[in-house]
Amino acid sequence: MTHAPEHAPRMAQAALRDRLAPLIPFALVPLLVVAGLIAIPSTSSWLTLTVSGLAMGMMIFIMASGMTLVFGLMDVINFGHGVFISVGAFIGITVLLMLGHMTQAPSLLLNLTAMLVAVIAAMLATGALGWAFERVIVKPVYGAHLKQILVTMGGLIVVEQLIIVLWGPEEIFLTRPEALKGAVTFWGAAVEKYRLVAVGLGLVLFLAMRHVLRHTKVGLIVRAGVENGEMVEALGYRLRLVFVGVFIAGSALAGLGGVLWGLYQEVITAHMGQQIMVLIFIVVIIGGLGSVEGCFIGALLVGLMQNYVAFLEPKLALISNIGLMVAILMWRPQGMIPVVKAK
Amino acid sequence: MIVKLLSGDLPRSTVLAVILGLVFIALAFAPFLFPGVRSVDTAARICVFIVLVASYDLMLGYGGIVSFAHTMFFGMGAYGVALSSTNMGRGWDAMLTGSLTGALAAAALAFLIGLFSLRVRAIFFAMITLAVASAVAVLVSQLSSITGGEDGLTYLIPRELTPAFRFGDSFLGANLNGRLLAYYLVFSGALLLFLILLRVVNSPFGRVLQAIRENDFRAEAVGFRVVAYRTGATCISAAVAALAGSLYAIWLRYVGPDTVLSFDIMIDILLMVVIGGMGTMYGAVIGATLLVLAQNYLQGIMGTASRAVEGLPILPDLLDPDRWLLWLGVLFVLSIYFFPTGVVGRLRMQR
Repeated sequence: MTHAPEHAPRMAQAALRDRLAPLIPFALVPLLVVAGLIAIPSTSSWLTLTVSGLAMGMMIFIMASGMTLVFGLMDVINFGHGVFISVGAFIGITVLLMLGHMTQAPSLLLNLTAMLVAVIAAMLATGALGWAFERVIVKPVYGAHLKQILVTMGGLIVVEQLIIVLWGPEEIFLTRPEALKGAVTFWGAAVEKYRLVAVGLGLVLFLAMRHVLRHTKVGLIVRAGVENGEMVEALGYRLRLVFVGVFIAGSALAGLGGVLWGLYQEVITAHMGQQIMVLIFIVVIIGGLGSVEGCFIGALLVGLMQNYVAFLEPKLALISNIGLMVAILMWRPQGMIPVVKAK
Repeated sequence: MIVKLLSGDLPRSTVLAVILGLVFIALAFAPFLFPGVRSVDTAARICVFIVLVASYDLMLGYGGIVSFAHTMFFGMGAYGVALSSTNMGRGWDAMLTGSLTGALAAAALAFLIGLFSLRVRAIFFAMITLAVASAVAVLVSQLSSITGGEDGLTYLIPRELTPAFRFGDSFLGANLNGRLLAYYLVFSGALLLFLILLRVVNSPFGRVLQAIRENDFRAEAVGFRVVAYRTGATCISAAVAALAGSLYAIWLRYVGPDTVLSFDIMIDILLMVVIGGMGTMYGAVIGATLLVLAQNYLQGIMGTASRAVEGLPILPDLLDPDRWLLWLGVLFVLSIYFFPTGVVGRLRMQR
């Protein structure tokens, strides 16, 4: 008769190294900022670049978060996500142009109200479009990645062309609301006001999203659905409805990001979404598909990297982000904070 | 003989065989059947795109891998010829070196990308290729001292391939000059590459690829190294795409970001593969021929239609000749849902 091997449970703590490993990604952003400080000769330009990098990262995060959740929850890869950005920008900017008297006035309150109206209009429109997109384009191809990629790409082409039909092929130039023009000066560094607004807004959204995901019942269901969808359905939740909700929310966030990005660039084109998608893919991949925190860190890294390198060596800006992606994938092939278990 | 040339992969449908035969004859005798600069140009474009689309189909239709970097590989071949012809001077050796270097570089880059993304998850590949391809496109337009930037490069190809080289008077309506030779260089190169691809997909290697497409988990369990096969398919596909790019560069005598690297070409390739039929090399022939003809002649029809509905709201805008991509996009989505096997699959089913 054989005895069971001896393995009494031990109460020893995991080694410090193992406990710290999940925290490493969070240290990357400060590390990059410090690296920037060393590499960039003048402190004031470093500060300017850091703020604009953070602003860019926040906006990318807003646009990318929906995509990463949709993938995590339902294993749907949406290549047409970029089109919500374009549609959001066009609707939002059209509303802003209509509210010209409010944006031209030098009052911050009026400006912000106009922006709020524009953002709400854009989010409603892109949310509705997201719902339709899910219904018509994505629903018939669940479970087939290849077809998902192709079909959502086709959807992107069609909606982009429809934007051109409705708004014309020319790019639209715009100016920011009066009170958000110009810059404020800190320690000799000029920081554009609008970028500060973008940083604040992004931070608020991230914290709100984290709160919803961590401390509400819907968030619990979403997180559980990412972890093990079948089990959640077996417990009686209609994951399908949750998924549609997440898809709509993600599209609406992309629309919001589109308005912010349009105001940041001060020009919008029908192809803008497609162009930003490149950065969004990088962010989603290095963050780990399905992880909101990873997406946040990834977006900040990409934003900072882009701005620092564009200052030091303009031609390498986009390549540097590819380099970042390669480095992170060599370190963690599933992304920084992998959530979805090998689907 | 023919069966052997086609690697035993026959059209398996009378209608398809007739159409393919017609396309082959039309392309083989294009300069004599349709004399005129524009129609020969269209024929050369069709030849190049057949190879390009077929090589993409090796990845997408046979391997089940979605890549958005195919224009990048195409462009590498084209820029290979352009750069070598600019730097080594006019000559056959420059052309050959450029083509081979381009193909090797494309295969090497495909290998690297495959190593990074296919190892983890096949869908990473789609996103990473999109990112890399757009970065390369930006880089090419920025490094204007080497690549000519947005303006592109114009260069000289061997004199025997230019209109200035004449070796006789006109024959059956076609001018016997270097341009004719250039067309036949493109045509025979394309035909050779297409037959090689047909050989590849009907080899044991191609069979394994199809098995992986159907069920990669089971293929791995049977003992095939899925990553190695997928990476191999990507490399072959990239190299052939680069060679197609070289042929295009030889024909155009010009390369620029818009003609060989733009994302629009990628969308064209996708449309051609899906509409022609994924997973059949003949789908590439049908898709490329249809789409190139449509691009050249559909816009005229749409312009007429747009003028016909003038005065109605929105309709004229929807039918504007510049909006042809809208209709192709709709066709693309519909064909994925209703004809996932494309034109070729349809024709084969009817047998």
